[in-house]
Amino acid sequence: MAILNSKVPGGKLFDKWTEYKNHQNLVNPANKRKLDIIIVGTGLAGASAAASLGELGFKVKNFCYQDSARRAHSIAAQGGINAAKNYPNDGDSVYRLFYDTVKGGDYRARESNVYRLAEVSNSIIDQGVAQGIPFARDYGGLLDNRSFGGALVSRTFYARGQTGQQLLLGAYSALSRQINKKTVDMYNRTELMDIVIVDGRARGIVVRNLVTGKIESHFGHAVVLATGGYGNVFFLSTNAMGSNVSAAWKAHKKGSYFANPCFVQIHPTCIPVHGDFQSKLTLMSESLRNDGRIWVPKKKSDAEKIRKGQLKPESLKEEDRDYYLERRYPAFGNLVPRDVASRAAKERCDAGFGIEKTGKGVYLDFKSAIERLGKNTIEQRYGNLFQMYGKITDDNPYETPMKIYPAIHYSMGGVWVDYELMSTVKGLFVVGEANFSDHGANRLGASALMQGLADGYFVLPYTIQNYLADQIGVARMDTNLPEFKKAEKDVKLLLDKLMSIKGKRSVDSIHKELGITMWDNVGMARNKKGLELALEKIKSLKKEFWTNLRIPGEINSLNTELEKAYRLADFLELGELMAKDALHRDESSGGHFREEYQTDEGEAKRDDKNFTYAAAWEYAGENKEHILHKDVLSYENIEVKQRNYKK
Amino acid sequence: MNLTLKIWRQENEKAQGKFVTYEVKDISPDSSFLEMLDILNEQLVNKIQLPIAFDHDCREGICGMCSLYINGRAHGPDEGITTCQLHMRKFSDGDIITIEPWRSRGFPIIKDLMVNRDAFDNIMQSGGYISVNTGGIPDANSIPISKENSDLSMDAAACIGCGACVATCKNSSAMLFVSAKVSQFALLPQGRTEAKIISNIARMNREFLCANFS
Repeated sequence: MAILNSKVPGGKLFDKWTEYKNHQNLVNPANKRKLDIIIVGTGLAGASAAASLGELGFKVKNFCYQDSARRAHSIAAQGGINAAKNYPNDGDSVYRLFYDTVKGGDYRARESNVYRLAEVSNSIIDQGVAQGIPFARDYGGLLDNRSFGGALVSRTFYARGQTGQQLLLGAYSALSRQINKKTVDMYNRTELMDIVIVDGRARGIVVRNLVTGKIESHFGHAVVLATGGYGNVFFLSTNAMGSNVSAAWKAHKKGSYFANPCFVQIHPTCIPVHGDFQSKLTLMSESLRNDGRIWVPKKKSDAEKIRKGQLKPESLKEEDRDYYLERRYPAFGNLVPRDVASRAAKERCDAGFGIEKTGKGVYLDFKSAIERLGKNTIEQRYGNLFQMYGKITDDNPYETPMKIYPAIHYSMGGVWVDYELMSTVKGLFVVGEANFSDHGANRLGASALMQGLADGYFVLPYTIQNYLADQIGVARMDTNLPEFKKAEKDVKLLLDKLMSIKGKRSVDSIHKELGITMWDNVGMARNKKGLELALEKIKSLKKEFWTNLRIPGEINSLNTELEKAYRLADFLELGELMAKDALHRDESSGGHFREEYQTDEGEAKRDDKNFTYAAAWEYAGENKEHILHKDVLSYENIEVKQRNYKK
Repeated sequence: MNLTLKIWRQENEKAQGKFVTYEVKDISPDSSFLEMLDILNEQLVNKIQLPIAFDHDCREGICGMCSLYINGRAHGPDEGITTCQLHMRKFSDGDIITIEPWRSRGFPIIKDLMVNRDAFDNIMQSGGYISVNTGGIPDANSIPISKENSDLSMDAAACIGCGACVATCKNSSAMLFVSAKVSQFALLPQGRTEAKIISNIARMNREFLCANFS
């Protein structure tokens, strides 16, 4: 059993990172060439890490399952990226960004990591501008900012509604430059199947070529996972179709603890579900809440008429509308954090005020913003989002309010890592959304891009050297070593097992069932009974999967059904751990809302005495109970309070 | 609505391909084009037949992975969107829809509707970047850039690299893809300090046998 040591350096919070860098071990240039680093994933964290480590002179191998590194799902992030530049002179600072992030995370994130994140945030913006990212600017030629949820300042930099795209293309460009310089070898359409451990250290990976089906191994002195979140356990989410937990889950089964799996983010503003054929949910950026006002009808009778199509929302008078976020949270209004906004929408819909045929929808209205600023300004700010909304729903949001509802969006939980971003397996690092460290129980808007790039550009390139410095004597290993061959054999056995089930059901049909179980019981509101029910249901779904699955085609060729199947096998196991984690956490915090634990006003009620820790779960073997380890969190620079967005 | 689909099927790059006709029933006009294909694939899997291979990922119109030629048009009949944003309300009951992969020598077919777009990555690697390393960068506001140039640069930078321009061009030219990157950088002071445009175009000429360049 590994010991949970978060390796947070001593000293004052404000000096920890500087002190760490001053005293850490480094690798000299001649030795860097002798060290191989495997990086899985090419999103913001993966691509920025691969480019930065390649620039330093390491030999990097970078993998992605998509046809090009540029497709990674960071590309879909819309609204923006936070940084503590304080360009608007509105009182921002590194401390304030740190404070807002810890508070937004409902006091369940590690203080030292978050402070470091805030500290390096400014460099990310500098880096992006130097790479040629066309961030939004003001007429004076300087960078513009907008506001995001959970903050009283404007600190969000953006490139229209495509900030993630521009930041990813910046990192992808830097990566392309290193591929050209041959410091990085790129493997597209290649998926991680397992992690190879030699003498207790991560030393390589087994991959499957998605076009030919070929299984092969790669050696690395260190392995870095930058494989994103696990929202697709819910089947419907804002994640890409291919996003999956498998790399993180394989790491987990090889000894990496998995932390806070029940902390998932439900984003308040997505286009509502419209049918059982639906394959994914589309986000409408949080930035829209800068100008959009959220409401439902005040009277149930009006809501009913709207649901039946007898009344149009734009004809409902002001006094008949309930701007419930402005009513409940006067200080933050429509810009409350995501967990709060999502629950408030659910509360109104459950009470019978929802719109849409299903009753599961609320309005996001731009009428007053258009009156105040003119249609042109709104078009400039959100044009591409309005167009996207129009294409999907066939409605014109300039004339009628958008219909929105919360949907699964982001995973705060993930592989447990220490201050150096290393998991409990030596030499196995986890960066970006795939790790658990910075967002606690709820992530603030525009902080995912910040964390992915902070990890990849400015944190990992330092901390990984501290590990590699004593590895310079380790020669490159032959992938014919028994450890590699054994891992390859296990992968082949798994694939054979999946193909030989020869049952009746498609992968998606089982995945959809898992999704409904998760959404109903491990979603926006949870309770003991529902979580126990989910555990039962997942158990039977697992059995159904392993006895009644049908995969056409071959192992040794392109087979999309087989890909989906081995990803779902891991989602089923993760789903179980999420329910267990949610059941054990007898409190409400951030995205984890247990109905048994709420204030009289229906807000999340934490239990700081018993749950101020990250729950790091150890895999104990097939059909064995996970073992809980507590990464106890202490707050020395922040007063822990009940979150209050009312005043 | 009920539809007849004529879909290009091809086992691998070398194999001979052909159109195969399929029928789908009760498709909701609110479903997306790719969801319609999901429904067809579910039917095929239930009959233990190979599903149709097609590229897709974000299904939000931004990753650039989806790539279908629908009724003779890249990304289908609607304007300004990718295939994943195309909705079935653009079609009518009883329609016959022809679905092909991107057609270009620069994009060899991998299987069915899936093509290999490595050529775009190759172009990017040959000069689609500003040569700066991580760190040691001046403050982001140290060089003001006019809003107009910045906005125009963003217009170009918004290219999603899907390859529709190549598939549509009779000469299979990647000129639009390359010019988007060139414009993005040329409009910014950061991009003007080095001129890698030539190597970019030379590379493009190798990957895409374009008649307008000699």
